[in-house]
Amino acid sequence: MLEIRNLNASAGDTEILRGINLTVNAGEVHAVMGPNGSGKSTLAQVLAGHPAYTVTSGSVTYMGQDLLALEPEKRAQAGVFLAFQYPVEIPGVTNAYFLRAAYNERRKAHGEEEIDSMDFIDLLESKLKLVDWGPEIMSRAVNFGFSGGEKKRNEILQMAVLEPRLAILDETDSGLDIDALRIVAKGVNELRRPDNATILVTHYQRLLNYIVPDHVHVLVGGRIVKSGGKELALELEARGYEWLEDAVGAAT
Amino acid sequence: MTEALVQEFEALAGTATAESPEWLESARRSAMERFTRTGFPTGREEEWRFTPVKPVAQTRWRLANGTPAVVTRRHIAPFTFGHAEWTTLVFVNGVLSESLSEIGPLPEGVLVGGLSEALRGDGALLQEHLTRHAPVEDSAFTALNTAFLREGGVIYVPAGVELSRPVHLIFVATPEAAGTVTHPRNLIVVEKGSRASVIESYVSLSQGSTYWTNAVTEVSAGAGSWLEHTRIQRESEQAHHIGLTQVNQQRDSHYRSFSLAMGGALARHNLHVRLNDENIETLMYGLYLTRGEQVVDNHTAIYHDQPHCRSWEVYKGVLDGRSRAVFNGKVFVKPEAQKTDAKQTNRNLLRSDEARVDTKPQLEIFADDVKCTHGATVGKLDDVARFYARSRGLPADAVERLLTYAFAAEVIEEVVLEPVRQELERLVLERLGGI
Repeated sequence: MLEIRNLNASAGDTEILRGINLTVNAGEVHAVMGPNGSGKSTLAQVLAGHPAYTVTSGSVTYMGQDLLALEPEKRAQAGVFLAFQYPVEIPGVTNAYFLRAAYNERRKAHGEEEIDSMDFIDLLESKLKLVDWGPEIMSRAVNFGFSGGEKKRNEILQMAVLEPRLAILDETDSGLDIDALRIVAKGVNELRRPDNATILVTHYQRLLNYIVPDHVHVLVGGRIVKSGGKELALELEARGYEWLEDAVGAAT
Repeated sequence: MTEALVQEFEALAGTATAESPEWLESARRSAMERFTRTGFPTGREEEWRFTPVKPVAQTRWRLANGTPAVVTRRHIAPFTFGHAEWTTLVFVNGVLSESLSEIGPLPEGVLVGGLSEALRGDGALLQEHLTRHAPVEDSAFTALNTAFLREGGVIYVPAGVELSRPVHLIFVATPEAAGTVTHPRNLIVVEKGSRASVIESYVSLSQGSTYWTNAVTEVSAGAGSWLEHTRIQRESEQAHHIGLTQVNQQRDSHYRSFSLAMGGALARHNLHVRLNDENIETLMYGLYLTRGEQVVDNHTAIYHDQPHCRSWEVYKGVLDGRSRAVFNGKVFVKPEAQKTDAKQTNRNLLRSDEARVDTKPQLEIFADDVKCTHGATVGKLDDVARFYARSRGLPADAVERLLTYAFAAEVIEEVVLEPVRQELERLVLERLGGI
């Protein structure tokens, strides 16, 4: 589904990603872990098309297409979804309007008819249940005045509605209490299907108690320095990142 | 032009005297004297530094006073936004049109009608309020309006009455009004413990028409009264609009204003509110949408004369093209006005590199135990918000419109009366070309 080859990216003059290689197949959950400043969030944002980053070399192929050639909205319409680390508040636009507009753009891109607000309300019912919310959340402005946990739940709600092929969750676990974490994890797990894939970007192993990854990758200094199964996450929990950082330091 | 105006005034004086009471004639005369003394303001005056009034001052405008025009309900329908059951006064080229106006049954003691008719009737109410709130010394334009005042809306709500149906004053300029000036003069008096919603609309039936509106509205909000006052200025984009809203608030009263400015080649609105007693709440919201070569200027002044009052002000602007906006917000806090809580915000969104904003908060605080803040921003749409919306699949141009709408909608949400809120939202959407 996703093939990242020798991806290099920078923000301004600062090189952040230095040759990322990663293959994600349909049905898989990959965890990308690493210390602060290792480039995890940058990788997530580059995949979604954040204009603040420049890809200097390498390629990303998503479902046979050159992902990097697509505008952010085209990537979204093609099924890529980034759950933001810091979801943005949009005062003045209701959650319902925003989500329906996004949903309809996706339908239009697939040659399907737009759905009206009544049909959308029906569709929302089951999605709201997934994150333990009532319909009143939909008349609030997007993320405006939401608590940290509510914002993350809203990201999962958006994901549930948009049904991405490739979901990238950027530190969705950070700042969550245990209840919110459970809700978020439940959402992700229930949305798992054989034809979609998930990349979890996280600093801590905690989230992986709830969402079990097939593969774990450790990013240090803009490179994947180690990959393994779910047991690698536990090792990182026990030993920290220092031993890997030292290993990279010694190698360069 | 000053001389021509004096001649015109003198020519009218004979007929005007026959129509209006003596106290008003003397007010008119001193207003004209005030105008003659100073003439129109120039850019050298601080109050008019960023807003040159040359296009107004150097044109010889004919008094509209009912320039004949054929206007039907169909013409007016877009401006009543579907609320025919509201009490609606329609003024066409400066004159009240009885056939287009709608005054249904009103609660006892409530008066809604045209000023010229009111002047022919019992003068006590008018004598107490008309020209008593808006000082001619403050502005040459107020002086001119007072000298030439003839028609406008008069709204009187006696003590303890809740006016359930909003009152909408609509000032219409027809294509025939090109080259003319009107001086609409409105008076809104809500007595002790009463409640009302008033909307003033300034509209044009031809977008390319050049004329001048010089409006003054005086508001007296009695003790414990509640008044929502919305001003919708959507004149022709070739017209000039100068307006003053002067408000006097008494103890425990709540006055909330919303001012939308989207018309006019040159548009200026002054909103002055005096808080005369304790425990008064004043909310001032504004939105201006400009494009092309428009110049839109909002000057507000809040006078905290007494302790324990709260004023809250948010004005927002969305600027396109080579347009310019001016915001000046004055807050005066007298030494005795302790525990004043005043907040002022002016936020501007520039959608073009050639648009320009001059924003100036002006706080003069002479009390020490107060909470007064102000903030002004001028900027573009947030890149992160833009990316966020695009990452959900919304195309870049749609995101641009959506976020601009959201920026404007945030202040519209403060309007209490739902049909007005919806109409304001619709006007913004229409200007943005939908979302």
